[in-house]
Amino acid sequence: MLSKEASELTVAAERVPERRGTRSPVLRRILPYIEGGALVVALIVPLVLSERMDLITLATNVLILSLLAISFDLCWGLSGIMSFGQALFFGVAGYAIALVGRDLEFSELWGTLPLAMLVGLLLAGLFAAFLLLGRKPPTTIFVALGTLTGAYAAERLVSGWQYVGAGNGLSSVKLLKIGSYEFVEGTAFYFLALGLLVLIYAGARFLKQSQLGLVLAGMRQNEERLAFFGYRVQLFKAVVFSLAGLVAGLGGALYSYHQGFIGPGNMGPGLSTTAVLYSLLGGSGTLIGPVFGAVTVEVLSYVLSDIDAIKPIWPVILGLILLGVVMFQPKGILGLLVSDRERIGSYGRRRRGG
Amino acid sequence: MALLEIRGVSKTFRTLKALDGVDIDVQAGTFHGLIGPNGSGKSTLLKAIAGAHFADTGTVVFDGHDITRATPYERARAGLSLKFQITAVLPELSVYDNVLLAMQSTESLPRLLLSLSRRALDADVSSLLERFRLIDRADDLAGELSHGQQQWLEIAMALALRPKLLLLDEPTGGMSPEERRVTGELLEPIKAHCALIIVEHDLHFIRDICDRLTVLDQGKVLDQGDVEAIQRSPKVQQVFTTRV
Repeated sequence: MLSKEASELTVAAERVPERRGTRSPVLRRILPYIEGGALVVALIVPLVLSERMDLITLATNVLILSLLAISFDLCWGLSGIMSFGQALFFGVAGYAIALVGRDLEFSELWGTLPLAMLVGLLLAGLFAAFLLLGRKPPTTIFVALGTLTGAYAAERLVSGWQYVGAGNGLSSVKLLKIGSYEFVEGTAFYFLALGLLVLIYAGARFLKQSQLGLVLAGMRQNEERLAFFGYRVQLFKAVVFSLAGLVAGLGGALYSYHQGFIGPGNMGPGLSTTAVLYSLLGGSGTLIGPVFGAVTVEVLSYVLSDIDAIKPIWPVILGLILLGVVMFQPKGILGLLVSDRERIGSYGRRRRGG
Repeated sequence: MALLEIRGVSKTFRTLKALDGVDIDVQAGTFHGLIGPNGSGKSTLLKAIAGAHFADTGTVVFDGHDITRATPYERARAGLSLKFQITAVLPELSVYDNVLLAMQSTESLPRLLLSLSRRALDADVSSLLERFRLIDRADDLAGELSHGQQQWLEIAMALALRPKLLLLDEPTGGMSPEERRVTGELLEPIKAHCALIIVEHDLHFIRDICDRLTVLDQGKVLDQGDVEAIQRSPKVQQVFTTRV
């Protein structure tokens, strides 16, 4: 039996040269088309919806929450860090710029958005130092519980803190402005959010396709193996986690300016879990998938909550839909279109024509 | 001074004394075979050298550094490379990317983010794949390779780290005789820049490629020396005829 297997191995090895020059069909890439299509749709949306201010507001909100979705995908989809606390960085940055507006009367874009990103970066860096950089590599569940606890504690803390508005949060947040131009809800804010989302997306995509992205892809498959190569696995995770915090921080600031409000609910486990759902629903690890997830969840919530017949029970229906997708399509909506091979990625230069 | 000096290394699992005061020297540029019956402590010793676990007592000095309690990361940086017994190629990455991943491991994080070495390493990755007869499978997933080819890929990845010492745990396990022969050929040229420690059940393979042998039995060094001396050793012959 053994020798039969062995001879089959030899035969397999000898067959190899026949493959020369053939290009495997799985190397065809469709993600760039999906991304391009999504960008075109995003550019057209405000033109189509220009009459409906409520829908422009919804669309802007979706773009902002997409930043949170990308932030989570950097953690889980790219680095295998299960974070149940991404909203913490979102919320704290949102509070930070609201306070800067209230107490320092400052809301210039060039100052506040970098500030929000810095707050997200440093806070996430602090969490990473505690959760990831111990002598022993942490388990997934330890990190999940650590981030969850952080988000929960922060939500409770601000709920009882008068200086930051306690349970009522901070309302009438000063408008975001450049010089004397103020961004109110509407098309201008939409394009600002879209522009920033595209920049962040491009950055995340660059990271995913870089040699660093290859290290992350290897880490997701076998962390221990990568340590034997001489990679400081936990340091890589900590850096990506901090960058994810930066992205969440930017989202939180935009959210706060756009809604004119930031409250305890914007930094707790509830919104953190929503970010997890965006990713699972859309297809984690693809970057564009979680954005689709955010669009789907938010638009469905909007539509369902507007149908009179199901008004009292719409969250239940949304929950059932999400449950169905997570159970029957664990790779998310994009998993239907994108092969595993493309999701995981190819990093070396591909030989053309064999 | 030897490249690797193992002094008095012991390791106990609960009540089982897996290693008991082992002394071994490995010189630079030699191929050193570890043989012995099942349970004699070969893999345990290899793991203590690689850092998969730590020795209870004794020291492991590599290239002048005491690495007895160094992390796998620190050992890899010092120039120690390990090929696992169970193949641990990354099955969902392409063959090319597996080697690139190993080869770029000395790059700093910012350089990796900017992909500064992707182009420069291409020639090295390709020539290594060429040498290990995998260049035609470069774009295929590592998980799609035959078992023997995965073993070669593993060895290529271990070598991509440019180690001073390579540890091979049963490199020819599950290979056909033809693949074993090729494996020997593939390993021969590395002697110029890299020493080798091999744990292997196939004694013919060991005899063909190793310069020196250490025979372990019940966690102790039974005998060591060059291949001819070991083959004539009556102690060794007794163990191998009665218990293998």
